[in-house]
Amino acid sequence: MANLTALKDGIVNSQVWKSVFRVGIPNTNRKRVLAVLGSLILHLHPVKVRRSGVRMSYTWCMGGTSFFLFLVETVTGLLLMFYYRPTIEYAFTDIMDLREQAPFGIMREMHRWGAHAMVIAVWLHMFRVFMTGSYKPPREFNWNVGVILLVLTLLLSFTGYLLPWDQLAIWAITVGSSMARASPGAGNEGPMSGLVKLGDIRLIHAGDDARFALIGGRSIGAATLLRFYVLHCVVIPLAAGFLMAIHFWRVRKDGGISGPL
Amino acid sequence: MSEEIKPYQLVPKTPLAGSAAADIREQGEITRRSFPFVLTTAWLALAAALGGLASILGRFLFPNVLFEPVQKFKAGLVADYSVGEVDERWKDKYGIWIVRTEEIVYALITVCTHLGCTPNWLPTQNKFKCPCHGSGYYKSGINFEGPTPRPLERAKIFIDVADGQIVVDKSKQFHQERGEWTDPEAFIKL
Repeated sequence: MANLTALKDGIVNSQVWKSVFRVGIPNTNRKRVLAVLGSLILHLHPVKVRRSGVRMSYTWCMGGTSFFLFLVETVTGLLLMFYYRPTIEYAFTDIMDLREQAPFGIMREMHRWGAHAMVIAVWLHMFRVFMTGSYKPPREFNWNVGVILLVLTLLLSFTGYLLPWDQLAIWAITVGSSMARASPGAGNEGPMSGLVKLGDIRLIHAGDDARFALIGGRSIGAATLLRFYVLHCVVIPLAAGFLMAIHFWRVRKDGGISGPL
Repeated sequence: MSEEIKPYQLVPKTPLAGSAAADIREQGEITRRSFPFVLTTAWLALAAALGGLASILGRFLFPNVLFEPVQKFKAGLVADYSVGEVDERWKDKYGIWIVRTEEIVYALITVCTHLGCTPNWLPTQNKFKCPCHGSGYYKSGINFEGPTPRPLERAKIFIDVADGQIVVDKSKQFHQERGEWTDPEAFIKL
């Protein structure tokens, strides 16, 4: 036993150990709290959880499920990126290869099912928050963050829709992106866009409006595929991750998982 | 909250009657007695999940189908190659020079044995010269200048008895420094 104690002391007092665990082993309640608060990983967990917070019938666990599905989408999406090339020449055949030849052909299906499930989970989360009145002060800011996260979830779903580059994808995005034509003041068919004129010349037309910027051309093509790929894999996930960090932080700061008033 | 049973509370110190423990379990409480079991199960489940995930991630990096040029190909008849010349017709597609001399035909792999660049055949100087670091090889593949430590490698070559064509198989290489160039599979005897 003496040897084991000496070994433990040797490890705990080593420079490597101390560089990782800054505060040592906490032996009082105060030090335990400080150790949790001072650690990036541990501080994500709340100090206290309300009893109602672990009651599935009250929270439905839909916020946690949404985050879990986001992680599933991140992992499976990263793996798909090893086999998928966002070019007209390869996109569709790479999707076929992912299904027929790559290891774990279910990986792409998991990404797809996870995406559907995430949209459903986010809606249910929002519904629960609304029905329990959890958007009320002091949580009104977090409700707004959540609304933006809902929009980002739908945009992730929308941009991912194009990537298989089959008929369904191309025509769905053709139809969907047409909505950008009607953007007020930014789409060439939108309200107030006709007011932006230089003399008789309309400055907003099909060659420079919001839809043009979104899809990188007048019709869905190679530029659209690459643009949606970058939005889907980099831009929107980064934005969503940043807002999720704020969202979770505010859940803690606004009094924890909401409970019955 | 009408019931004032806190989660994870310690159960009374007196041994529980079976029925009482069963009651508490029905309420979803973790008893002192079941706690080690629950903890062990939870850690084992987590370890199994992480292990499964890690093995899936690892396996996913090894594709089942490769989109690469085949290692073995037919290179036509011996008569298609002129004596004393280094033939470059398969260089881009398969990475092979076929050389015919008076006595033998052999296939050189177009990978520099220094750091893996592709050398050029310079007919005027009668040598292979690597553009990366200047390694030079004779027509036989033997190195004579530059940083390379050993000769070019030769690929397995033989005549298909069915149609008389040359077959080159890059999946088997022959190293001169190991004395493998005398292997009957390393050349075709004319």
